[in-house]
Amino acid sequence: MALDLAKYRRRRLRSTITVSLCWAASGLGLTILAVILATLVFKGFAGLNLKVFTEMTPPPGSDGGLLNAIAGSLLMTFFGVLIGTPIGILAGTYLAEYGRYSKVSSVIRFINDILLSAPSIVTGLFVYEVLVRPMGHFSAIAGAAALAVLVIPTVVRTTENMLVLVPNQLREASSALGLPQSLVIRKIAYKAARAGMITGVLLAIARVSGETAPLLFTALNNQFWSTDVNAPMASLPVVIFQYALSPYEDWQRLAWTGALLITAAVLSLSIAARYLGTSRTPK
Amino acid sequence: MNVMSKDVDTGLTEKISVQDLKFYYGSSLALKGISMPLFERQVTAFIGPSGCGKSTLLRVLNRMYDLYPGQRAEGKIMFDGENILDMKDLNLLRSRVGMVFQKPTPFPMTIYENIAFGLRLYERLPKSEVDARVESALEKAALWKEVKDKLHASGLSLSGGQQQRLCIARTVAIRPEVILFDEPCSALDPISTAKVEELIDELKHEFTIAIVTHNMQQAARVSQRTAFMYLGELVEFGDTKKLFTNPTDSRTQDYITGRFG
Repeated sequence: MALDLAKYRRRRLRSTITVSLCWAASGLGLTILAVILATLVFKGFAGLNLKVFTEMTPPPGSDGGLLNAIAGSLLMTFFGVLIGTPIGILAGTYLAEYGRYSKVSSVIRFINDILLSAPSIVTGLFVYEVLVRPMGHFSAIAGAAALAVLVIPTVVRTTENMLVLVPNQLREASSALGLPQSLVIRKIAYKAARAGMITGVLLAIARVSGETAPLLFTALNNQFWSTDVNAPMASLPVVIFQYALSPYEDWQRLAWTGALLITAAVLSLSIAARYLGTSRTPK
Repeated sequence: MNVMSKDVDTGLTEKISVQDLKFYYGSSLALKGISMPLFERQVTAFIGPSGCGKSTLLRVLNRMYDLYPGQRAEGKIMFDGENILDMKDLNLLRSRVGMVFQKPTPFPMTIYENIAFGLRLYERLPKSEVDARVESALEKAALWKEVKDKLHASGLSLSGGQQQRLCIARTVAIRPEVILFDEPCSALDPISTAKVEELIDELKHEFTIAIVTHNMQQAARVSQRTAFMYLGELVEFGDTKKLFTNPTDSRTQDYITGRFG
């Protein structure tokens, strides 16, 4: 068979063009990302000092830090995850184990996917209507609830996916020993899927710790140190939002520093999740 | 009432009696009215080409099919006077009818726990007793010598053949009456296969055994009775030696001489 050189060259040319376009596209994406990160590190580091972790958010013109915002973020994220994770795991378990083939499950799956991609401001408004308005004031409880609503769909999804990955043979083998289904799930399936499920929770934490919109409508903000969950509470994203938009230079500097802190936290969580996900996949 | 019937010809006890069993995957009929006995303390081999229903038949005996929707069985399977198809407590049934699968399926836990886990489910035993039962199960599965110094290593760290023997030990430990083997050697090398076959030969002194196999030599080596199945029907059932040397049905003849399948 004779080689059609002209055709071969045309194909090579097309391939070269396509590959170059791919390189250009990823180069553009990565450059933008690198510029954002560099700006963040550059501007954020400038304001990074011990006071950031020891003092409260200041009024304009005076010295201060982000302590109340950091504490508020940690507290609300913690409670959001604490409430959302069990619900998410139980629902994911239902979808993967008990209701894998049922019609209800496909409806739940569909709705869960909508929740997963819904703008978080909708969640904020929802919690505002069902918690903040009846209570009559903004509060950390409402903030944590809003974050929990965001945690649930993420955890449902990853839990279900990880449990579905557990080979059916393992389930059959445990049932063949006479294990009731509840034990098969608790002792065998969870064990095999553990790394993936933990990864899912870490990703959920990473996702909600940067959320601003839902907190704006629920926990609002607080200038002072507060651990009262029934009162408004500061959080990093909301403080960043407020300070970045302000005309005061010292506020803007604090906003950059706060943004750096959140990014660093989310980045390390993502790396941890990635590490868990690849090095200890379900056996 | 005499719950266990004696076979008139052989004098053997029928541990399980399958009577006109039909099985459906959705609307398709996979077993077309099977009737056959499993004799106590004998090895019965199910042979036949792929898709003939031999694994399906095995999976009806411990109601494994109940895990999946759309699968159902009709007929009767008498097990010590009770119809398996009518049983409500499937966990109890499965503790009496154990199963070993094609691929080794150790649980993601230590070798010791793989066995102790099932034991603790049924019996409240002191630690020393659990230790003893784990040891005796591993002995019976001819695995004790190889693992006695690493009982607390992960079950997944063993080789494929060892994992399969661990699964057999796990099944033996809870003292079932019947053990079902679903192509237990198809994922194993010849040496591990020989070990598992020896083991089955040993286990038949204590348990009633059914084994599905694609390997006719294996069926001839380990079983006393053989059932040849084809397209969801039981073509021939009888003494293994006779079935392999002097089959009555021409289809059996064709299959064992390698003319199809």
